[in-house]
Amino acid sequence: MIDWPLVSVIIFLPLIGALIILFIKEDELTSINIKWAALLTTLGTFILSLILWLQFDYSNPSYQYEEKFRWFDDFNFFYHVGVDGISLFMILLSTFLTPLCILASWNNIKKRVKEYMLSFLFLETVMIGMFASIDILLFYIFFEAVLIPMYLIIGIWGGNRRIYASFKFFLYTLLGSVLMLIAIIVMYRNTSSMSIEFLQGNYFSYNTQLFLWLAFFASFAVKIPMWPFHTWLPDAHVEAPTAGSVILAGVLLKMGGYGFIRFSLGMLPEATEFFIPLIMTLSIVAIVYTSLVALAQTDIKKLIAYSSVAHMGIVTIGIFLVNQQGLEGAMMQMISHGLVSAALFLCVGVIYDRMHTREIEFYGGLVQRMPLYATVFMIFMLGSVGLPGTSGFIGEFLVIVGAFKVSSYVVIGAAFGIILSAVYMLYLYKRIIFGTITNNKLADILDINTREKIILIPLAISVILLGIFPNLFLDPMRLSLELIITNYEIANAK
Amino acid sequence: MLNNIYNIFFIPEIFLACSSFVCLLFGLFLKKNAFRQTSNLAVFVLLLTILLVYNDSESNFANYKSLFSHSSFINFFKILALLGSIASIIISKDYFLGIKLKNFEIPVLFLFSTLGMMLMIASNNLMSMYLAIELQSLSLYVAAAIKRDSISSAESGVKYFILGALSSGILLYGFSLIYGFTGSMNFDDISFYLSKYDNLNLGLIFGLVFVMVGLAFKVSAVPFHMWTPDVYEGAPNSITGFFAIVPKIAAVALIYRFCLVPFENFYLEWSQIILFLSIASMFLGAIAAIAQSNIKRLLAYSSIGHIGYILIALVAANDDGIKAASIYMFSYMIMNVAIFAILLSLKVKNEYLINISDLKGLSRSNPIVSLSISIIMLSMAGIPPFIGFFGKFYVFIAAIEQELYVLSVLGVLASVISAFYYLRIIKIMYFDESKSEGIINFKISFQSKIILFLSLFLIICFIFYPSLLINISASLTI
Repeated sequence: MIDWPLVSVIIFLPLIGALIILFIKEDELTSINIKWAALLTTLGTFILSLILWLQFDYSNPSYQYEEKFRWFDDFNFFYHVGVDGISLFMILLSTFLTPLCILASWNNIKKRVKEYMLSFLFLETVMIGMFASIDILLFYIFFEAVLIPMYLIIGIWGGNRRIYASFKFFLYTLLGSVLMLIAIIVMYRNTSSMSIEFLQGNYFSYNTQLFLWLAFFASFAVKIPMWPFHTWLPDAHVEAPTAGSVILAGVLLKMGGYGFIRFSLGMLPEATEFFIPLIMTLSIVAIVYTSLVALAQTDIKKLIAYSSVAHMGIVTIGIFLVNQQGLEGAMMQMISHGLVSAALFLCVGVIYDRMHTREIEFYGGLVQRMPLYATVFMIFMLGSVGLPGTSGFIGEFLVIVGAFKVSSYVVIGAAFGIILSAVYMLYLYKRIIFGTITNNKLADILDINTREKIILIPLAISVILLGIFPNLFLDPMRLSLELIITNYEIANAK
Repeated sequence: MLNNIYNIFFIPEIFLACSSFVCLLFGLFLKKNAFRQTSNLAVFVLLLTILLVYNDSESNFANYKSLFSHSSFINFFKILALLGSIASIIISKDYFLGIKLKNFEIPVLFLFSTLGMMLMIASNNLMSMYLAIELQSLSLYVAAAIKRDSISSAESGVKYFILGALSSGILLYGFSLIYGFTGSMNFDDISFYLSKYDNLNLGLIFGLVFVMVGLAFKVSAVPFHMWTPDVYEGAPNSITGFFAIVPKIAAVALIYRFCLVPFENFYLEWSQIILFLSIASMFLGAIAAIAQSNIKRLLAYSSIGHIGYILIALVAANDDGIKAASIYMFSYMIMNVAIFAILLSLKVKNEYLINISDLKGLSRSNPIVSLSISIIMLSMAGIPPFIGFFGKFYVFIAAIEQELYVLSVLGVLASVISAFYYLRIIKIMYFDESKSEGIINFKISFQSKIILFLSLFLIICFIFYPSLLINISASLTI
């Protein structure tokens, strides 16, 4: 094992990079230095996080690389971080996507480069910190701190309605998370502990669980987002700059799913059992309704945003099936969606950078001028649809297999959603890529350049890798998920 | 014990009283630079007073037959008030010189008002409490109206005076009822007398309600807050800064002591009043601030909101509540010192900044200043990892310890509403494109810079070593 505080280094390396950038003076010439500093920091973080994976002990279901320091003298609040099978890939997803985001904004962010890079590095620190926290208050601090950089990213570098979108994003998510704060304090009052590990074996009385569950639900359902709490998402996605959408779809939405697994399933099993029908209903409505809404969109980004809500519906179904296939499927779906939707937003960014519009009508026949672009876009589009061989298939397949054990109605709902996802994605692809170029402005559009290849090709490779070798990802998380399911079943059998 | 008659001068209050007179004379006989020199002397005097309070010198003697009390809670709040007063004198010095208001009486008025506050915090008797409140308020009435040739300053002074006198009258009437029904003015005696009864009789309830009204006026809790925005707006900015930072500390300490010492056994009676004040303050503070365009009015409503949170901790009425109040008050003071240190140094077209919309484009011309304002605003909104979050966090811990679930949920909801107007300031600085650049300039003296830097340091770095403040506040007894 590693005897230096690897997790803390991964958490705070971006922050150190941010501090260095803070002292680089910004002008026309030096803004390139800022970009390089940010890129190198995030790449370094990614490489370090790969060590986490390589050194990961697959046979240990609980936390590894733990670090624990007493923080507050007056109550049991620790700086306690570590990684287990569930958080490992969430951290990897964050560290993998952030350098790509920085690369994606290399040329199209022209104003306030310094603040932009600072926001992204700060964002990376809090994202990793949140997934690595084993202390519930530490989790909360990171969870809320995410709002600050994201608010700035949407508000400063966003589109025309960025102010509306940024306020909606901030206030909506804040409203959810403050209720979680109350729940955390109630938990602390009942157990005198803030350790996630401890709370996962220590259950509250049934009525307390119901209230706590609702409070956590408020924050995670907004974050993931579930219908009908999703309305902030299309606005935030459409107005955010490309890299902002990538992080939003790729990582921030996963915070909700991660929270459901850790807190709702892990700590409040009896209440979860009670609320499962609610979640299933909301998820199925979300899948069908947002798929239909996505079909009607005229803005590419908005379409992908609604498809995110639908995909997250499959994740929530998988989580609340509470069996091995369901949870593994949900985790795979989260990782896959993190890669695929991030890549789709990047693809939209590619043509947006060239044409400065996201209207579907504007495009058509891009394959004539951009064959390479059409190819990578197709890989991600098929990943989103869930074609076998891509990452999307594994998640959806496992969720449906798990759902058969529970209820065939859920299966019908989920399968219907998957069909609809094929409909709107293929329809989108047809309208943008196929056909002949009818719009004269597209006549001399250029294919993807080297920088864009560097961004999109690793994503395409990992989407296919995930689809062909899912065990690479499923093995490390299996035991941690099993532990949660066993605890859940013991608690409900009592 | 008192060994030497000269030791009497080492009692902090007596020391401060004597030094204030010295400052007054000093200013009077000084020909040049009277304002600047008196301010410096006042800061020095206050620093010495802090040392004396910290050393706890001659504390037994200072009780004056229980007119005043002595405890760690009192000392903590005294030091907080003194620190706030030092900070506000230092940050306002350049502002006063800038608007050519060089009356050396201003620092002396601040000294007298601070003296009043120290007595207020320590008072253990209805009579000494009233006198202390009056000493504090009279100095502030004059300070609000100090800019004699400005109509708005005079208006704010008169408004403050009339409403303040009214509330003092109500307070005094409440005192007389309490005295009439218990036969004593001393907090401990009242408490002892009341311990024989299970519930308060009608006269005492009336007395309690009247006193609560008077105190609610002093802390500017809704519905007795009407004076706050107007006085904040009318008074010169630096006086507003003093109003926002210091008197609140003393008034909060006083309302805590009044509820928890003589009436500790009648929690049910006073907690209902405080509960209402708290909820009303939080929501009115949050909602009314949204529509403000004047930064001083906005900060007035923001301070009303903050008072609401501190009153939650009072409703909790346990040890955690006292701890929460002291941490919250500390964070409140730090954040207000920081924001006023910036406001008093920002000029738009050679006028000191008043309108929020004038902050437009600040992030371009002064990136560091706008970053600081953003951090302060996020901290005030209670977003982690800044100190404001921990203030709110401890308040909610105290409330949940007492099973006040509904109140806590209302509290967090109000904090979400209030986040809106704090974010609006960040939005104006960062998101709005400004056409006219370079009209804002930020000029800050070295001393204010140190104060600003220290308070920002505390706001940001509290999270790294919280135990220092928390251990102190956990050990406080009322």
